[in-house]
Amino acid sequence: MEFNIYDLTSFTSSFDQLLMENLSPFWAVAIEMILIGVAILAFYAVVGLYLVYAERKVCAFMQCRVGPNRVGPYGFFQTIADLIKLLMKELIPIKNADKLLFNIAPYIVIIASFMAIAAIPFAKGLHAIDFNIGIFYIMAVSSLGVIGILIAGWSSNNKYSLIGAMRSGAQIVSYELSVGLSLITIVILSGSLQLSTIVEGQRDGWFLFTGHIPALIAFLVFLVAATAETNRGPFDLAEAESELTAGFHTEYSGIKFAFFFLAEYMNMFIVASIAVTMFLGGWMPFHVGGWEAFNNIMDYIPPFFWYAGKTAFIIWVMMWFKWTFPRLRIDQLLTLEWKYLLPINLVNIIIMAFVVLMGWHF
Amino acid sequence: MRSIINYLKEIFGAVAALFKGMRVTGYYFFHPKEIVTQQYPENRATLTMFDRFKGEVIMPHNENNEHKCTACGICEMNCPNGSIEIISEMKVNEEGKKKKVLSKHIYHLGMCTFCNLCVKTCPSNALAMGQDFEHAVFDRSKLNKVLNKPGSVLMKGTE
Amino acid sequence: MVEEITKGKLEEQEFSINMGPQHPSTHGVLRMMLKLKGETVKEVKPQLGYIHRGIEKMCEKLTYQQIIHLTDRLDYMSANILNEAVCLTVEDALQVEVPERVQYIRTIMGELNRIASHQLWWCAFGMDLGALTTFFYGLRDREKILDIFEETIGARLLLSYNVPGGLMNDIHPNFQKKVKEFITYFRKKLPEYDALLTGNPIMQQRTKGIGMLTKEQAIAYGVSGPSGRGSGFSCDVRIHQPYSAYSKADFKEILYHEGDTFARYKVRIDEMWESMNIIEQLIDNIPEGNYTAKMKPVIKLPVGEYYTRVEAVRGEFGVYIVSDGNKTPYRVKFRSPNFSNLSALDLMAREQKIADLIAIGGSMDYVIPDMDR
Repeated sequence: MEFNIYDLTSFTSSFDQLLMENLSPFWAVAIEMILIGVAILAFYAVVGLYLVYAERKVCAFMQCRVGPNRVGPYGFFQTIADLIKLLMKELIPIKNADKLLFNIAPYIVIIASFMAIAAIPFAKGLHAIDFNIGIFYIMAVSSLGVIGILIAGWSSNNKYSLIGAMRSGAQIVSYELSVGLSLITIVILSGSLQLSTIVEGQRDGWFLFTGHIPALIAFLVFLVAATAETNRGPFDLAEAESELTAGFHTEYSGIKFAFFFLAEYMNMFIVASIAVTMFLGGWMPFHVGGWEAFNNIMDYIPPFFWYAGKTAFIIWVMMWFKWTFPRLRIDQLLTLEWKYLLPINLVNIIIMAFVVLMGWHF
Repeated sequence: MRSIINYLKEIFGAVAALFKGMRVTGYYFFHPKEIVTQQYPENRATLTMFDRFKGEVIMPHNENNEHKCTACGICEMNCPNGSIEIISEMKVNEEGKKKKVLSKHIYHLGMCTFCNLCVKTCPSNALAMGQDFEHAVFDRSKLNKVLNKPGSVLMKGTE
Repeated sequence: MVEEITKGKLEEQEFSINMGPQHPSTHGVLRMMLKLKGETVKEVKPQLGYIHRGIEKMCEKLTYQQIIHLTDRLDYMSANILNEAVCLTVEDALQVEVPERVQYIRTIMGELNRIASHQLWWCAFGMDLGALTTFFYGLRDREKILDIFEETIGARLLLSYNVPGGLMNDIHPNFQKKVKEFITYFRKKLPEYDALLTGNPIMQQRTKGIGMLTKEQAIAYGVSGPSGRGSGFSCDVRIHQPYSAYSKADFKEILYHEGDTFARYKVRIDEMWESMNIIEQLIDNIPEGNYTAKMKPVIKLPVGEYYTRVEAVRGEFGVYIVSDGNKTPYRVKFRSPNFSNLSALDLMAREQKIADLIAIGGSMDYVIPDMDR
């Protein structure tokens, strides 16, 4: 059985053919783009809102609380109510702020995270663009967000915001290295930058298991660096509530603040997706080589659920980090990167190259 | 070589210690029974305050609408914030003697700090602390309460 | 502009920033005027006056019984201990011997108050460092103590339980049982605090060697309480000048000699253990008797000056009363520990990062209404 029952490729390609037959190629592509754009937009909003809800519930349970439980059953519509509130709030104009940059910053942040979603394979065939340099594209695009943060901090005419933005700049520039290098480790193992090929390559075992020790190290490094890159958890220096009130988004209100907030959660979703795609087999079910019966049972669970479940787990782990650890100081943050993660990563790449060369992986 | 071993030791030690902390939060995540939140407005029916809880100053009345306040003014004197005002009048009783009678015992809840001095110093135990704690009102003037009920009189035998 | 920078004409400026009065980690309305160079703090100027209520002046118009409820509002986290300080001063002036039962109960209440305060400090310290979960664990355990207070006293925070000559009312019949239950509960929960925060390498990096205060500096600046004891300054009034029933309990002074933020942290954690020890020794031995000594309804202190000091949660708290023989004091002065502790902040935070300033502030455990009476 080769995932036939859940393969969406035939559905999308037949839809494509249908459009191509009836319309000129330009219009066919245009309609497809609009449809995909709307679908991703809706997906983005829903996932963003429910990640906020999930975070509030997770942290509540970790803190012996109940969490939101007033709006709807179990507070399920709490974040929607919050969104409505944020939409109706006044956008406070800041005196002496750089108007253009101040207004453009939240859009840059949100567009950066929005663009990255396009290249993530959610299931077989459920994949907006399958670049041959997919992972490279995601890395490039998702790191654009820091420009928005820097602009926001600079243009706000607020000293706390400026400190927050500068911290964020230093942090992301350094952690980008670790994220990239840990992914390169897997690229060496898979031999491809294309996300669909990478996922396909994990048919008989996720890279986390087939690449054993170096992949495991790369996974842990990626987890730490990705948490840092999303400005979350113990690495939320750019916000640093207790030090800088709210850091780079101190002066933002209403929906502009909501954009930053939503982008933070979507970035978390994106890095979790990358982790899942690169290390945990993406939408691939859990397969053990040689166990045919077991593999067949696993195949009955649709790939999207595999993908969603694994992503949810990674997100949960990142939330677990955030709600357990105290925040690092800026110099310690950079020490962690340059003295620990980077050397480990470089050594790890060599080990991985060696392992692949000798064929010691599974 | 030693420094490399120390470096690795440091890393593993740190990861182990971090994991120890994560175990604590993880334990609570998977044990929802440890939740201590009280669902306040819903649990009104079962929520009982301790009998000594200082919610507000009240003047207990018995079933005949009688209180024990002799309008002596000691509570007014002892209140550090001036949150008690006593308005009394002189009345002639059956024996033909002029006597001070309480007409209004005004209590400004908004100023009260619940120090318990009025209750403690009252010579005839006319005041007590009530357990009601839901004092929110829309108008501040509603916090000025008259403690003696309308038409109430002094309990027999209280001097 | 570019030319100016490349030729080095552009001067480097210090970045001045106001932290507070509205800021999440100044624990109230403290305003700190910072001079920064990048992230490094060059100067801290604490500014007070945002919550000045004139309590000392108000005391001059109130009788000695009425002063008690104002002392609650100084260091609200150690209300009971501050009440006790005023009561001890008045009793001392009047030469009144309070019953032994009162002394025991005052000591137990004071130590419960100390634990509750340290729990809240632990919450806030974790929050200052960015570990948000600590806040809820600390408050969860503090709730148990507040329930004990509520059952006996009727109040949870501003207790006003001590009155000159004794107590407001006797302890609740459940009191001893509840306190023992709490101690067995908290002995299990306190190691959790260590697992979550004390042992955490991030927390240790953030606190070890940060905000150094030597013993000499601590003495020179009058830093007392756990903050002073973290620098090796033996300043526990409970040991050096035992009052109430402290002489009946066997306990030791917690001293750390490092003088950094972590030492001050450890002092407080260890003090919680020590406070539980004291309570355990006393709780079963509360003697029978009256809960108040015989006092006149109107207290008039003899003409003179009186000073008493107690060990409040944050340090040495002193009450100085000048009496002219009337029923209200002529002058009252409180020696509050936080004010002196704050004076050392500039010394500790210079050349540290902003994040360290927050951690140092957290480890000193400021309560602003106590500084700014």
